Amino acid sequence: MNAPLALLAELTHRCPLRCPYCSNPVELTRASGELTTQEWARVFREAAALGCLQVHLSGGEPTVRRDIVEITQAAHHAGLYTNLITAGVLLDAALMARLVDAGLDHVQLSVQDADPAGAERIGGMKGAPARKEMAARLVTEAGLPLTLNAVVHRQNLHNLPLLIETALHWGAGRLEVAHVQYYGWALMNRDALLPTREQLDAATRIVDAAREAHQDRLLIDYVVPDYHAARPKSCMGGWGNRFLGVSPAGRVLPCHAAESITGLDFPNVRDTSLRAAWEDSDAFNRFRGTAWMPEPCRGCDRKEKDWGGCRCQAFALTGDAAATDPACALSPQHGLLAAAVAQAVSPDFRYRGFD
Amino acid sequence: MIPRFPRGVRLHHDQARERWVVMAPERMFVPDETALEVLRLVDGARDLEDIIDALAAKFDAPREVIATDVRAMVDDLVARGAITP
Repeated sequence: MNAPLALLAELTHRCPLRCPYCSNPVELTRASGELTTQEWARVFREAAALGCLQVHLSGGEPTVRRDIVEITQAAHHAGLYTNLITAGVLLDAALMARLVDAGLDHVQLSVQDADPAGAERIGGMKGAPARKEMAARLVTEAGLPLTLNAVVHRQNLHNLPLLIETALHWGAGRLEVAHVQYYGWALMNRDALLPTREQLDAATRIVDAAREAHQDRLLIDYVVPDYHAARPKSCMGGWGNRFLGVSPAGRVLPCHAAESITGLDFPNVRDTSLRAAWEDSDAFNRFRGTAWMPEPCRGCDRKEKDWGGCRCQAFALTGDAAATDPACALSPQHGLLAAAVAQAVSPDFRYRGFD
Repeated sequence: MIPRFPRGVRLHHDQARERWVVMAPERMFVPDETALEVLRLVDGARDLEDIIDALAAKFDAPREVIATDVRAMVDDLVARGAITP
């Protein structure tokens, strides 16, 4: 069994934005259910002892937590490389300075669209684009490395060249161009977000050209959507293999979307150690390695490359979390993806939110 | 030339796996033995010539041989974003 390399700490589900593709579960945890500062500090120490080298401080919006500075400091003291994943709309100069003093290593800032009107509409927050530009300035002026994270889909892909310009203009050293992954909220809004094959191919060409044109200034990571794929992604690098997530309420997860799979009982840091959760829990062992795999994965020479794809997607699309990911052309249910693309025509979506 | 780690990049001892890793924004890599010898001398004060001197002494090797290896290694580490010249 490998030790985990990275911890995703979802500090809260609260967020001023309402992106319709939010990766949080459809059933959100309220503030009263969130782990305390001390509980997070213990999680960080246990994660570092278990082998984690970096922590992604995420949410929701992590800076809505009043103790975000103490939390960052606790992660830093545990010896973890600290990455703040933020929408940036609550950052000001004072908070930035305190986060730097607390040991913050890197900031990943989300952008919803390069066009401000589109960004306001998709993120569901007036005034967010200007605040984000200010946040980018605060990060670079503090001397911290900046990544822009652009989630792309049918309604903003036409602005991809402008998104790349924005990353350069704002002084980002990295840009993530991540096609929406369809779980939870995004699955609910799939018809409004799925790109066409032509859009995907155009985006890939634009990213390839930008990588070459800006190779000295900007590193571009590119995440493609499953719905036009012939082979599945190596989801999380394998279930329970490298990645560990802890939800706002303390549930320990092999992937941030894992709670969408019903019938799995996830351990909670309030009841158990991170090590016991990682090594001994049924939830982590259920799909670890390759022994659980059915055909066609079982006899496939790619089974230790893609680990059968994504369990959450298999469950969401087929109702069986142990099925081969339908993103694989060898899956008997591969046709579900083309059918979904064909019916994705309406631009209407539902914002993410507490019900 | 004084090699240094850019902000957000550092050499970190991975205790669980008993190895050194270079941590950078959203990525990490495991330096080979030669790279590690160089990286452990990067402190923002030593210049490249000091590093070559130190390694020539440590390995009791001709300075010219060490210098060639170290310069190539530093070029590689700069290209990978691990250090800045």
